[in-house]
Amino acid sequence: MSRLEKQRNILDYTLSSLLRRKGKNAALTLVFTLVVFMVASAVLFAQAVRREASLVLKDTPEIIVQRTVAGRQGLVPEAYVERIAAIRGVSAVRGRLWGYYFDDAFGGANYTLMVPDAFPYEPGTIVVGGEVARNSRTRVDNLLPFKAHDGTVRGYRIGEILPTESALVSADLILMTEPDFRSLFGIPAAEVTDIVLSVRNPQEIATIAHKIAALLPDTRPIVRDEILRTYDAVFAWRAGLLLAILAGSVAAFIIFAWDRATGLSAEERREIGILKAVGWETGDVLTMKFWEGAVVSLSSFLAGIALAYAHVFFASATLFEPVIKGWSVLYPDFRLTPSVNAPEMAALFFITVVPYTVATIVPSWRAATIDPDAVMRF
Amino acid sequence: MIEIVEVRKVFNAGRHNEYTALAGVSCSIASGQVTVFKGPSGSGKTTLLSIVGCMARPTSGRVVLAGRDITSLPERFLTEVRRRKFGFVFQQFNLIKGITALENVMLPAYPLGERRAALEARALGLFELLCIADRAREKAELLSGGEMQRVAIARALINTPETVIADEPTAHLDSRLSREFMEIVGRLKREGKTTIIASHDPLVYESEIVDRVISVRDGKIEPGDP
Amino acid sequence: MILHPAIIALLTASVLTLLMVLAASFLGVRILGRWDLSSGSELQLELERRTYLISTILSHAFVFQLASLFLFVRTIDDLCTLFSGSMCAAGTLDANVYGYPALALKVATSLLAGVWLIVNYADNQACDYPLIRRKYRLLLAIAPLVVAEAGLSFAFFLGLKPDIITSCCGSLFSRDAANLASDIVALPAGPMMAALYAALALVFASGGFFLRTGRGGALFSTAAVTAAVLAVASIFSFLSLYIYELPTHHCPFCVLQREYGYVGYPLYAAILGGAIAGAGVGVLMPSRRIESLKDVVPALQRRLCVAALLCFALFAVLATYEILASNLTL
Repeated sequence: MSRLEKQRNILDYTLSSLLRRKGKNAALTLVFTLVVFMVASAVLFAQAVRREASLVLKDTPEIIVQRTVAGRQGLVPEAYVERIAAIRGVSAVRGRLWGYYFDDAFGGANYTLMVPDAFPYEPGTIVVGGEVARNSRTRVDNLLPFKAHDGTVRGYRIGEILPTESALVSADLILMTEPDFRSLFGIPAAEVTDIVLSVRNPQEIATIAHKIAALLPDTRPIVRDEILRTYDAVFAWRAGLLLAILAGSVAAFIIFAWDRATGLSAEERREIGILKAVGWETGDVLTMKFWEGAVVSLSSFLAGIALAYAHVFFASATLFEPVIKGWSVLYPDFRLTPSVNAPEMAALFFITVVPYTVATIVPSWRAATIDPDAVMRF
Repeated sequence: MIEIVEVRKVFNAGRHNEYTALAGVSCSIASGQVTVFKGPSGSGKTTLLSIVGCMARPTSGRVVLAGRDITSLPERFLTEVRRRKFGFVFQQFNLIKGITALENVMLPAYPLGERRAALEARALGLFELLCIADRAREKAELLSGGEMQRVAIARALINTPETVIADEPTAHLDSRLSREFMEIVGRLKREGKTTIIASHDPLVYESEIVDRVISVRDGKIEPGDP
Repeated sequence: MILHPAIIALLTASVLTLLMVLAASFLGVRILGRWDLSSGSELQLELERRTYLISTILSHAFVFQLASLFLFVRTIDDLCTLFSGSMCAAGTLDANVYGYPALALKVATSLLAGVWLIVNYADNQACDYPLIRRKYRLLLAIAPLVVAEAGLSFAFFLGLKPDIITSCCGSLFSRDAANLASDIVALPAGPMMAALYAALALVFASGGFFLRTGRGGALFSTAAVTAAVLAVASIFSFLSLYIYELPTHHCPFCVLQREYGYVGYPLYAAILGGAIAGAGVGVLMPSRRIESLKDVVPALQRRLCVAALLCFALFAVLATYEILASNLTL
């Protein structure tokens, strides 16, 4: 006698029994797959976007220093750069120039304008992101008009369009030289939008942030990790929100599964009675019911996840995109990096398969304790 | 040898539809013999069969199987005893539709964890023995009455039990098939198996193969039978 | 509260486990009161059927409990990025006052769950359910712990708010912090290592003796549980140092992270497995005298002993490997 053989035999019978009632079981499996698909899509998408965001933020400077005037963001005097550079542990301090430009043509879009560290083109030329070009229906070598701070219109030649790989950050980006930027927005020479700095020792980041705040009381240092945390929390929160909404459908499915399991047809009842009459004991019938549940739930689980994977990573999660990514006119069309990890799968398992299994325990037991005695009297 | 002592079986105890199927039955059943419980329907012989065959537990009284008291065995162990020592043939044959006759016969052995090949060989051997080898792979619902009966007998024999129990085996059979059934019982007797049959068919209890007839009526054994 | 999918999953598991254990407890109380194996009455038959149900419910519940322990640890480790100042699970757990108690109770209930499953298995092997009363009393003892654990888990997760400044494991587990962990950490490494290896040697010796002669089960069981406790303490006090190759990093949670090869998982799993199997041997000792279990229990205890020895062997091999392969010398 071998335990393995026994399980194989019972599994064999279970499979044949499932196939004999194709209709009912197909419906159950289909609905289960759908539920897993929805939940898995939400989870996979949210995690993928979070990963993407953290990857993107990985190379940003550790601390950003902004200046607040009456609670709102103001320009920072360039002199602050040297004072910050004098703090021990700080490396690579520089001022940044950037801002927003609202273009009310073509449906209205908010562009981010920036002066990068190294700009290979001369004044008069700009580099734009993919969505900017698309939205303005323009291409390289064309002129893009801007309304300057003094009411005049300036035209800049498009020198280059940023590649789509960087879409998440560059979609709405426009890069230009410093003189162009200052003259477009009317920013005086001794001022910058904010200051960024790197810190050599990660343990020191918090201390240095405090020192800056103490040294320059009208500034607000922002630590990169705080940004990461905020994004993390937002995406996770949105995913959780989606799940909370889906909870209704998961609950409905569980009730359906329970109802299906409880409502044994007369034929099914007779079969189990016969099994018990010919020598299967309650434990054996419970094992059969367990295999039934396992086959249905595992195949639905795998199918649902596979479909969700395809949905998220090949179709860019068309169904859930707006909820997770947020609303905006300009949204880059980018491919998420496919990846799946064990905790996610475990979480999905606990949200779908576990409630299903629990719901079917009592119905399975009721089926398994059918009295064989009754069969004698049929 | 199976011994039952003062066995009572009460259904729905304490409720308005309380029903006493057996009211203090004692008897011993010898091994290697063919014993028939004779009586009308409602006499309790089916209940008696299920208790003798370890399918049900008595409300009170004792059941001793080959010297071992099995009265209080919990279901798991009772079933263990039953599937090794008893084979059942039911009144309605009770084959599972939708699977083949061969699978039906192999079913009782599934929980015992035997290797499938060996099991199948033994099952096919039984089909040969009962002269229905060519119907082995037919779906159960496509068999004729006589074929179903033989499949049911084969199923009862798959775990090579010592005792075969049959409940009204000839109830749905014509005379020819009933006589064939008794012939098979005779064969089993020659192999040394014990057979216990419940029947109110004279073709059964008047057969010369039968060693002993016990009359059952109203849940009691009629006096005059040892 | 953070609506993280893994948190939703863990809370779902907590609720379901809680409901299952409570249901099983209510059903079990009835059995404790009216169980009478010698009666063939319908009540008894019903109770026997019911005991199958309870068995099934609890097997599921306790397996989920063990699985969710691992998911819990992994999740709080992943969540550490949401709290400033924390680099591993230690920070997440410290984010509010329920974290560490919740983890402690989760470990305790997992241990007891494993032991219950062992007792249940033994009970089902005998034909007269000899351990049934003991089993359900144990269940009634475990139930309040499960309730408390669910409550603490909920309180912990509901009270989590990102951006809370929490302690880094560096400050929590350093010699100067004033908590139990730092006391363990302050124990000198040399004697701790000696104690650990001595305990492991005792486990192997008593286990071998038990396997050969069938005696000394209680000694083995005690040795196993003691070794498990010492193993956890030694991760705090010196093993972590070798794994991180830093003489001051004592955190027991950072070993679970990718950069250290996730070595924490097999280490802790081996300790938990060894503790459950070892405790199982001890718990079954009184049952050896029961008539119907005379043949079953010794064989079961031997299997458990072997399982425990394998777990401790795994731990010993991994720990020794980490010590030898480390670039740190203390």
